[in-house]
Amino acid sequence: MRKVRPTPLEYTRKKWFQLVLLLNFIFLYFPIVALIAFSFNNSRRNITWKGFTLKYYVKAFHNESLFDAFLNSLIVAGISTAVSTVLGAMLGLALYRFKFPAKNAFDGWIHLPIIIPEICMGVAMLAFFSRLNITLGLFTITVSHIAFSLPFVAVVVRARMAGFDHSLEEAARDLGANQWQTFKDVTLPYMMPGIVAGALLALTLSLDDFVITFFTSGPGSTTLPIKIFSMVRFSVTPEVNAASTVLIAITLILTVVTMTIQARSGKNKGLPL
Amino acid sequence: MTRKQPIISIHNVTKIFNRSVTAVDDVSLEIAEGEFFALLGPSGCGKTTLLRMIAGFENPTIGRIVVDGQDMDGVDPNHRPVNMVFQSYAVFPHMTVAKNVAYGLKVTGVLEKDIKKMVPEALELVKLGGFEHRMPHQLSGGQQQRVALARALVKKPKVLLLDEPLSALDAKLREAMQIELVNLQKSVGITFVIVTHSQAEALSTANRIAVMKDGQVVQVAGPLELYENPNSQFCADFIGKINQLRAKVIGVENGSLAMDIKGIGKALIPHDGPAQGKVTLAIRPEKLQLDSDEPADDCIKFRSRVANVVYYGSTSQVFLENIAGEQMMAEVRNRESGTTTSILIGSVVWVSWKTADTLVLTK
Repeated sequence: MRKVRPTPLEYTRKKWFQLVLLLNFIFLYFPIVALIAFSFNNSRRNITWKGFTLKYYVKAFHNESLFDAFLNSLIVAGISTAVSTVLGAMLGLALYRFKFPAKNAFDGWIHLPIIIPEICMGVAMLAFFSRLNITLGLFTITVSHIAFSLPFVAVVVRARMAGFDHSLEEAARDLGANQWQTFKDVTLPYMMPGIVAGALLALTLSLDDFVITFFTSGPGSTTLPIKIFSMVRFSVTPEVNAASTVLIAITLILTVVTMTIQARSGKNKGLPL
Repeated sequence: MTRKQPIISIHNVTKIFNRSVTAVDDVSLEIAEGEFFALLGPSGCGKTTLLRMIAGFENPTIGRIVVDGQDMDGVDPNHRPVNMVFQSYAVFPHMTVAKNVAYGLKVTGVLEKDIKKMVPEALELVKLGGFEHRMPHQLSGGQQQRVALARALVKKPKVLLLDEPLSALDAKLREAMQIELVNLQKSVGITFVIVTHSQAEALSTANRIAVMKDGQVVQVAGPLELYENPNSQFCADFIGKINQLRAKVIGVENGSLAMDIKGIGKALIPHDGPAQGKVTLAIRPEKLQLDSDEPADDCIKFRSRVANVVYYGSTSQVFLENIAGEQMMAEVRNRESGTTTSILIGSVVWVSWKTADTLVLTK
């Protein structure tokens, strides 16, 4: 059978385009693949391949301060995700639904944490906490994480609501539902994919945040990224690679799980993703 | 015929949006129990706003709405004895057909065993039996419409409100649904109030039609009365097609008006209302008679050249050369097959109509 020539917009079937794609993939993913590969390398140094081993994973697991940092990261990420998801979803809904004085200005302000450089946010947070004489620790880290992930959730939820048919709520009211029932039965199910996506975003942002955490953490409240950084200052050991690989694996698993849930619920409920 | 108790009374209702836009302007209406009532008008005439005020989604700026003897002022939509079918259907996308229909019963605390009985009945009523477990996105537009209908009817409302229910359906389905709506209304006996911009839809479904323009009700009448006796140029023009001629009243002779019709001449036209000065005469296109020979005397007649003929299958529209600046159009039925019509473009024909078919419009 004769091969059909690609049509003008079928770029993925063009040889030169495929080459560009390949180079891009290498550029983006080779460092990560190398990092993961060398975490299994049976050598103290990340230069030559000396055979497969899991001993650096065991070593990382038994490294108490590394493990503590990992736990801290999970605590901070868990709490900040829960709080910023609830607050962000409420904010997103409010911005979609209500008109109020100075709404545009308010709308701009809440995007600020997304726009401004992380380092500025970190310094500002540090200044804020020291001004109020709050001891730096897990509490201050969690509060800062809530502050920078909240607008991300709000933006995602609001984008989701942009496609909402307002008459669905009116239909529920018309059929006898009160305001709370309408929200619970009609609005919330529609918001859900946005909320889940926002929560995922908040979780991954919190898990791998370095700069802001660096400014707001105190003694004994090290998170995994900070711990890894302090370890790298001496040398990049396979142990660091192993810890990083675990972090990558967690975020990857979370993403895949959430996307699967979303895709399935989207299919079952007839909701566009 | 004794007049039935009004189920909806609208007393001098005005709705002003943002303190400046008057959507509904001092409307008073009474809708009787068991009626199929249509609110008809071009887009932006306030008909949907009026419907939404009955449903409770908007509050009147001035005036009162009484449904089933109860003043609706301050009553939330969920406590009103009316239910609505939305233009976008508003079928809940994350619930099955059965759950959609059951929703209104569930939230108001109807017992589970009663719901189990009522839902299939309602679906049967709209011919959706067996669709219980489908999701809305698996249904066609027409089927979603039926779900919306079943969901509203299962609540056994005093009045069913329909907001442009058929506008999103294709032409064939729309006609079928019009007939079905009428049958449905007869079988359930609930008062239907339909909002539409389509005159065909209003004429074919409703017992009584209120024509609205710029927030005001122009005429309330049955379909026949509205078509044959519109009370204004607006109604005449909006409902169906009509030819309009300018004329001047020159006198009254035994119950008829003597007219000087521009471009045609003097004629006697029966009319009972008062009329003087300049008026508009209107004639429906299907009432114009086209002949090659001069017709008998008791009609208005003149000779005209055929400017264009447009073929529509069952009928053809014959455009006649301008008489004093007014284009006239006659609609003729294509009874014979084979030849399209004996009327040829460019030929000269006799145009005539009965004086009794002439409408005198003073406003």
